[in-house]
Amino acid sequence: MSDSKQHQIITSWEENLFNALKQAGVKQLPYVPDAGHSKVIDMAHKDPDIRPVVLTTEEEGVALCCGAWLGGEKSVLLMQSSGVGNCINMLSLISNCNFPFVTIITMRGEFGEFNSWQVPMSSATQGSLELMGLNVQRVEERDDVGPTVAAALYSAYSSDQRIAILLSQKLIGSKKW
Amino acid sequence: MTVEKLNRREVVKKLISNRANLLIISGLGSPTYDLHDAGDNNQNFYLWGAMGGAAMMGLGLALSQPEKSVLVVTGDGEQLMGIGALATISVQMPKNLTIAVLDNEHFGETGMQKSHTGYGVDLVGIAHSSGFPISQELTNMSDIEVARDDILLNNGPMFLNIKINSQSPDRSLPTLDGVELKNRFRTSLKSQ
Repeated sequence: MSDSKQHQIITSWEENLFNALKQAGVKQLPYVPDAGHSKVIDMAHKDPDIRPVVLTTEEEGVALCCGAWLGGEKSVLLMQSSGVGNCINMLSLISNCNFPFVTIITMRGEFGEFNSWQVPMSSATQGSLELMGLNVQRVEERDDVGPTVAAALYSAYSSDQRIAILLSQKLIGSKKW
Repeated sequence: MTVEKLNRREVVKKLISNRANLLIISGLGSPTYDLHDAGDNNQNFYLWGAMGGAAMMGLGLALSQPEKSVLVVTGDGEQLMGIGALATISVQMPKNLTIAVLDNEHFGETGMQKSHTGYGVDLVGIAHSSGFPISQELTNMSDIEVARDDILLNNGPMFLNIKINSQSPDRSLPTLDGVELKNRFRTSLKSQ
């Protein structure tokens, strides 16, 4: 077929991400919004089988995920890179108790960023997470989002691993000003 | 005549005296010692750190176990650090969650510095205006007895601010092993 439309991706990376959450049986989806997560958050609000939990600060989500697993439910924390700094001490709950944990972080401050105030925390995001004992997986290609999320959920909930997935700013697209 | 403030150990013992299948999370410091002193149980999860996280951990648990009653016992300092949780909980409105703050108006573990409640901050008012349908200040043991029964009704979310004296009883220490605390809690839930 010469028609290039035949080669277009038929599902968006956001749909692939959301499908990976659904297929893994994620029930609680705490978030502090980011434009990069907005479609997934919208999908969660329309889905009766997944509970989106809007937070006032990201560390609330860390504690929520631990409580959810005490009660037997899987969860994923959505935030942007600036929120990682808010979580640092609360992440000790994950390592002290070996809780399974998956967070998906949209990166600001690294590619085409207009707002320099996003840069310091962005630069420290991966290092901060690693210092607190998380395994960090960075995704640059849209096609890799769904499989990376599915693999992280499998690892976390089969053997109590803690994984942060960073979605690069190039992937999500920089905010237009 | 001044009314004597409540004793924290007596409060916690009374509050959970008919616990049945109640799931309990305690905030770091004295509330953890109080809960342990009231009787260890596989369905107690004691926090030794993660300050500010107790109420949110309770929310995650309450949402995942909607048929059970969940009680968070914590201190005024711990709740103040996680004050936004009261707004987050109100948005979710879990009927089976009670947050009970043992309010001695001080940071008891760190040298008894006065906390915000000691300067007049009103946690009951904050919980009420956040949207908790029930938000009460408790000052005597008969209040505690009523609350004890209300916790099991699942008509919440409920916020209880319990005014206690600032005495520090001897510590009663549960295990520090977080993995053990997690595993025994989950195992006991699965076996029910």
